[in-house]
Amino acid sequence: MSARKPYVRPMAGWWRRNPYYVRYMIMEATSVIVAIYAVILLIGVWRLSQGQVPYEMWLNSLRQPLAVVFHGFLLLAMCYHAYTWWKVLPKTLPLIHFGDKPVPGLLLSTAGWTATLVASAAIYATVRWCGL
Amino acid sequence: MKRSNAPIFWSLFGAGGVLSALVGPVLVFITGIAAPTGVGMPPAALAYSRVLGFAQSFGGKAALFAVIALFLWHAAHRIYHCLHDFGAHPGTATKVLLYGSAFAGSVAAAWLLLAIGR
Repeated sequence: MSARKPYVRPMAGWWRRNPYYVRYMIMEATSVIVAIYAVILLIGVWRLSQGQVPYEMWLNSLRQPLAVVFHGFLLLAMCYHAYTWWKVLPKTLPLIHFGDKPVPGLLLSTAGWTATLVASAAIYATVRWCGL
Repeated sequence: MKRSNAPIFWSLFGAGGVLSALVGPVLVFITGIAAPTGVGMPPAALAYSRVLGFAQSFGGKAALFAVIALFLWHAAHRIYHCLHDFGAHPGTATKVLLYGSAFAGSVAAAWLLLAIGR
Protein backbone atom coordinates (compact mmCIF):
# COMPACT_ATOMS: atom_id res chain seq x y z
CA MET A 1 0.00 0.00 0.00
CA SER A 2 1.28 3.40 -0.88
CA ALA A 3 1.65 6.07 1.78
CA ARG A 4 1.22 8.80 -0.80
CA LYS A 5 -2.03 10.66 -0.82
CA PRO A 6 -1.96 12.68 -4.00
CA TYR A 7 -4.32 15.65 -4.15
CA VAL A 8 -7.24 15.02 -6.45
CA ARG A 9 -9.24 18.10 -7.31
CA PRO A 10 -12.83 17.45 -6.24
CA MET A 11 -15.17 17.53 -9.23
CA ALA A 12 -18.48 16.94 -7.46
CA GLY A 13 -21.00 19.62 -8.37
CA TRP A 14 -18.57 21.24 -10.85
CA TRP A 15 -21.42 22.30 -13.12
CA ARG A 16 -23.22 24.24 -10.40
CA ARG A 17 -20.32 26.68 -10.12
CA ASN A 18 -21.09 28.58 -13.31
CA PRO A 19 -24.44 29.43 -14.96
CA TYR A 20 -22.94 28.55 -18.35
CA TYR A 21 -22.31 24.98 -17.15
CA VAL A 22 -25.80 24.82 -15.62
CA ARG A 23 -27.28 25.67 -19.03
CA TYR A 24 -25.04 23.03 -20.62
CA MET A 25 -26.31 20.41 -18.18
CA ILE A 26 -29.95 21.39 -18.77
CA MET A 27 -29.30 21.07 -22.50
CA GLU A 28 -27.85 17.57 -22.00
CA ALA A 29 -30.69 16.61 -19.64
CA THR A 30 -33.33 17.35 -22.32
CA SER A 31 -32.34 13.95 -23.73
CA VAL A 32 -34.24 12.33 -20.84
CA ILE A 33 -37.36 14.26 -21.92
CA VAL A 34 -36.88 13.16 -25.54
CA ALA A 35 -36.71 9.54 -24.33
CA ILE A 36 -39.82 9.91 -22.14
CA TYR A 37 -41.81 11.33 -25.05
CA ALA A 38 -40.66 8.51 -27.36
CA VAL A 39 -41.89 5.99 -24.76
CA ILE A 40 -45.27 7.79 -24.51
CA LEU A 41 -45.64 7.56 -28.32
CA LEU A 42 -44.50 3.93 -28.29
CA ILE A 43 -47.20 3.10 -25.73
CA GLY A 44 -49.69 4.89 -27.99
CA VAL A 45 -48.68 2.75 -30.97
CA TRP A 46 -48.92 -0.37 -28.78
CA ARG A 47 -52.43 0.56 -27.60
CA LEU A 48 -53.42 1.44 -31.18
CA SER A 49 -52.33 -2.03 -32.32
CA GLN A 50 -54.63 -3.56 -29.67
CA GLY A 51 -57.78 -1.89 -30.99
CA GLN A 52 -60.17 0.98 -30.41
CA VAL A 53 -60.91 0.55 -26.68
CA PRO A 54 -57.27 0.27 -25.53
CA TYR A 55 -56.33 3.19 -27.81
CA GLU A 56 -59.06 5.37 -26.34
CA MET A 57 -57.89 4.47 -22.83
CA TRP A 58 -54.47 5.80 -23.83
CA LEU A 59 -56.06 8.98 -25.22
CA ASN A 60 -58.05 9.35 -22.03
CA SER A 61 -54.94 9.07 -19.88
CA LEU A 62 -53.48 12.00 -21.86
CA ARG A 63 -56.55 14.07 -20.93
CA GLN A 64 -55.88 13.87 -17.18
CA PRO A 65 -54.93 17.32 -15.82
CA LEU A 66 -51.66 15.96 -14.44
CA ALA A 67 -50.79 14.53 -17.87
CA VAL A 68 -51.45 17.89 -19.54
CA VAL A 69 -49.29 19.73 -16.98
CA PHE A 70 -46.57 17.13 -17.47
CA HIS A 71 -46.72 17.65 -21.24
CA GLY A 72 -46.39 21.40 -20.62
CA PHE A 73 -43.09 20.63 -18.91
CA LEU A 74 -42.11 18.28 -21.76
CA LEU A 75 -42.92 21.06 -24.23
CA LEU A 76 -40.66 23.55 -22.41
CA ALA A 77 -37.79 21.05 -22.36
CA MET A 78 -38.34 20.11 -26.01
CA CYS A 79 -38.28 23.80 -27.01
CA TYR A 80 -35.04 24.29 -25.07
CA HIS A 81 -33.60 21.24 -26.84
CA ALA A 82 -34.60 22.63 -30.27
CA TYR A 83 -33.21 26.06 -29.40
CA THR A 84 -29.86 24.73 -28.15
CA TRP A 85 -29.53 22.06 -30.84
CA TRP A 86 -29.44 24.70 -33.58
CA LYS A 87 -27.48 27.11 -31.39
CA VAL A 88 -24.51 24.73 -31.02
CA LEU A 89 -24.81 23.33 -34.55
CA PRO A 90 -22.08 25.64 -35.98
CA LYS A 91 -19.68 24.38 -33.28
CA THR A 92 -20.22 20.76 -34.31
CA LEU A 93 -19.81 21.27 -38.05
CA PRO A 94 -16.60 21.83 -40.00
CA LEU A 95 -16.32 25.44 -41.17
CA ILE A 96 -18.46 25.91 -44.28
CA HIS A 97 -17.32 28.37 -46.94
CA PHE A 98 -19.44 30.34 -49.37
CA GLY A 99 -17.07 31.46 -52.11
CA ASP A 100 -13.98 32.19 -50.03
CA LYS A 101 -15.87 33.59 -47.03
CA PRO A 102 -16.76 31.37 -44.05
CA VAL A 103 -20.50 31.19 -43.43
CA PRO A 104 -21.20 32.83 -40.04
CA GLY A 105 -22.39 30.44 -37.33
CA LEU A 106 -25.37 32.62 -36.49
CA LEU A 107 -26.65 32.23 -40.06
CA LEU A 108 -26.61 28.42 -39.72
CA SER A 109 -28.36 28.59 -36.34
CA THR A 110 -30.98 30.95 -37.75
CA ALA A 111 -31.57 28.57 -40.65
CA GLY A 112 -32.16 25.78 -38.13
CA TRP A 113 -34.55 27.82 -35.97
CA THR A 114 -36.43 28.84 -39.12
CA ALA A 115 -36.64 25.20 -40.24
CA THR A 116 -38.16 24.25 -36.86
CA LEU A 117 -40.75 27.04 -37.11
CA VAL A 118 -41.67 26.10 -40.71
CA ALA A 119 -41.90 22.36 -39.92
CA SER A 120 -43.97 23.07 -36.79
CA ALA A 121 -46.43 25.30 -38.68
CA ALA A 122 -46.71 22.75 -41.50
CA ILE A 123 -47.35 19.80 -39.15
CA TYR A 124 -49.81 21.76 -37.01
CA ALA A 125 -51.76 22.96 -40.07
CA THR A 126 -51.79 19.45 -41.58
CA VAL A 127 -53.09 17.77 -38.43
CA ARG A 128 -55.64 20.53 -37.78
CA TRP A 129 -57.06 21.17 -41.23
CA CYS A 130 -55.99 18.47 -43.67
CA GLY A 131 -56.15 15.21 -41.76
CA LEU A 132 -53.21 12.96 -41.06
CA MET B 1 -7.02 -2.35 -35.93
CA LYS B 2 -10.60 -2.77 -34.85
CA ARG B 3 -12.81 -0.14 -36.40
CA SER B 4 -14.65 2.09 -33.96
CA ASN B 5 -18.41 1.80 -33.72
CA ALA B 6 -18.65 5.42 -32.51
CA PRO B 7 -19.65 6.91 -35.92
CA ILE B 8 -22.76 4.70 -36.05
CA PHE B 9 -23.99 5.77 -32.63
CA TRP B 10 -23.01 9.36 -33.26
CA SER B 11 -24.96 9.39 -36.55
CA LEU B 12 -28.06 8.00 -34.83
CA PHE B 13 -27.62 10.60 -32.07
CA GLY B 14 -27.27 13.36 -34.66
CA ALA B 15 -30.22 12.20 -36.76
CA GLY B 16 -32.40 11.94 -33.66
CA GLY B 17 -31.23 15.36 -32.51
CA VAL B 18 -32.13 16.99 -35.82
CA LEU B 19 -35.50 15.26 -36.01
CA SER B 20 -36.43 16.09 -32.40
CA ALA B 21 -35.30 19.71 -32.87
CA LEU B 22 -37.47 19.99 -35.99
CA VAL B 23 -40.67 18.24 -34.89
CA GLY B 24 -40.34 17.48 -31.15
CA PRO B 25 -41.98 20.65 -29.78
CA VAL B 26 -44.94 20.61 -32.18
CA LEU B 27 -45.58 16.89 -31.62
CA VAL B 28 -45.60 17.31 -27.83
CA PHE B 29 -47.95 20.28 -28.25
CA ILE B 30 -50.36 18.37 -30.52
CA THR B 31 -50.49 15.00 -28.73
CA GLY B 32 -49.99 16.23 -25.17
CA ILE B 33 -51.74 19.60 -24.96
CA ALA B 34 -53.81 20.67 -27.98
CA ALA B 35 -55.63 17.43 -28.82
CA PRO B 36 -56.31 16.31 -25.19
CA THR B 37 -57.66 19.73 -24.13
CA GLY B 38 -59.23 20.72 -27.47
CA VAL B 39 -57.39 24.06 -27.33
CA GLY B 40 -56.36 25.00 -30.87
CA MET B 41 -57.21 21.55 -32.17
CA PRO B 42 -60.52 19.70 -32.64
CA PRO B 43 -60.80 16.90 -30.04
CA ALA B 44 -61.24 14.46 -32.94
CA ALA B 45 -57.74 15.26 -34.20
CA LEU B 46 -56.38 12.05 -32.66
CA ALA B 47 -59.57 9.98 -33.09
CA TYR B 48 -59.05 6.22 -33.42
CA SER B 49 -60.08 5.91 -37.09
CA ARG B 50 -57.90 8.85 -38.07
CA VAL B 51 -54.76 7.70 -36.28
CA LEU B 52 -55.32 4.09 -37.36
CA GLY B 53 -55.50 5.21 -41.00
CA PHE B 54 -52.27 7.14 -40.49
CA ALA B 55 -50.51 4.15 -38.92
CA GLN B 56 -51.75 1.91 -41.77
CA SER B 57 -50.25 4.12 -44.48
CA PHE B 58 -46.65 3.60 -45.48
CA GLY B 59 -45.77 7.24 -44.82
CA GLY B 60 -47.41 7.14 -41.41
CA LYS B 61 -45.54 3.98 -40.41
CA ALA B 62 -42.25 5.50 -41.58
CA ALA B 63 -42.89 8.75 -39.68
CA LEU B 64 -43.89 7.02 -36.43
CA PHE B 65 -40.96 4.61 -36.62
CA ALA B 66 -38.47 7.40 -37.38
CA VAL B 67 -39.71 9.56 -34.50
CA ILE B 68 -39.78 6.78 -31.89
CA ALA B 69 -36.54 5.02 -32.89
CA LEU B 70 -34.40 8.10 -33.56
CA PHE B 71 -35.62 9.91 -30.42
CA LEU B 72 -34.61 6.82 -28.40
CA TRP B 73 -31.15 6.53 -30.02
CA HIS B 74 -30.56 10.25 -29.57
CA ALA B 75 -31.47 10.04 -25.89
CA ALA B 76 -29.48 6.87 -25.19
CA HIS B 77 -26.28 8.35 -26.58
CA ARG B 78 -26.70 11.70 -24.84
CA ILE B 79 -27.66 10.19 -21.48
CA TYR B 80 -24.62 7.89 -21.64
CA HIS B 81 -22.26 10.81 -22.14
CA CYS B 82 -24.14 13.00 -19.65
CA LEU B 83 -23.64 10.42 -16.87
CA HIS B 84 -19.92 11.12 -17.12
CA ASP B 85 -20.58 14.86 -16.66
CA PHE B 86 -22.59 14.10 -13.53
CA GLY B 87 -19.63 12.26 -12.01
CA ALA B 88 -20.88 8.74 -12.65
CA HIS B 89 -18.45 6.87 -14.84
CA PRO B 90 -20.55 4.31 -16.64
CA GLY B 91 -18.99 1.12 -17.85
CA THR B 92 -19.87 -1.25 -20.65
CA ALA B 93 -22.88 -2.60 -18.77
CA THR B 94 -24.53 0.85 -18.66
CA LYS B 95 -23.73 1.39 -22.33
CA VAL B 96 -25.28 -1.95 -23.25
CA LEU B 97 -28.33 -1.16 -21.12
CA LEU B 98 -28.87 2.29 -22.70
CA TYR B 99 -28.20 1.37 -26.32
CA GLY B 100 -29.98 -1.95 -25.75
CA SER B 101 -33.10 -0.08 -24.59
CA ALA B 102 -33.01 2.10 -27.71
CA PHE B 103 -32.62 -1.03 -29.83
CA ALA B 104 -35.46 -2.83 -28.04
CA GLY B 105 -37.71 0.23 -28.41
CA SER B 106 -36.94 0.43 -32.13
CA VAL B 107 -37.70 -3.27 -32.64
CA ALA B 108 -40.93 -2.94 -30.65
CA ALA B 109 -42.02 0.08 -32.72
CA ALA B 110 -41.28 -1.73 -36.00
CA TRP B 111 -43.03 -4.89 -34.80
CA LEU B 112 -46.18 -3.04 -33.64
CA LEU B 113 -46.37 -0.93 -36.79
CA LEU B 114 -46.11 -4.07 -38.93
CA ALA B 115 -48.76 -5.77 -36.76
CA ILE B 116 -51.13 -2.84 -37.38
CA GLY B 117 -51.08 -3.83 -41.04
CA ARG B 118 -52.26 -1.92 -44.07
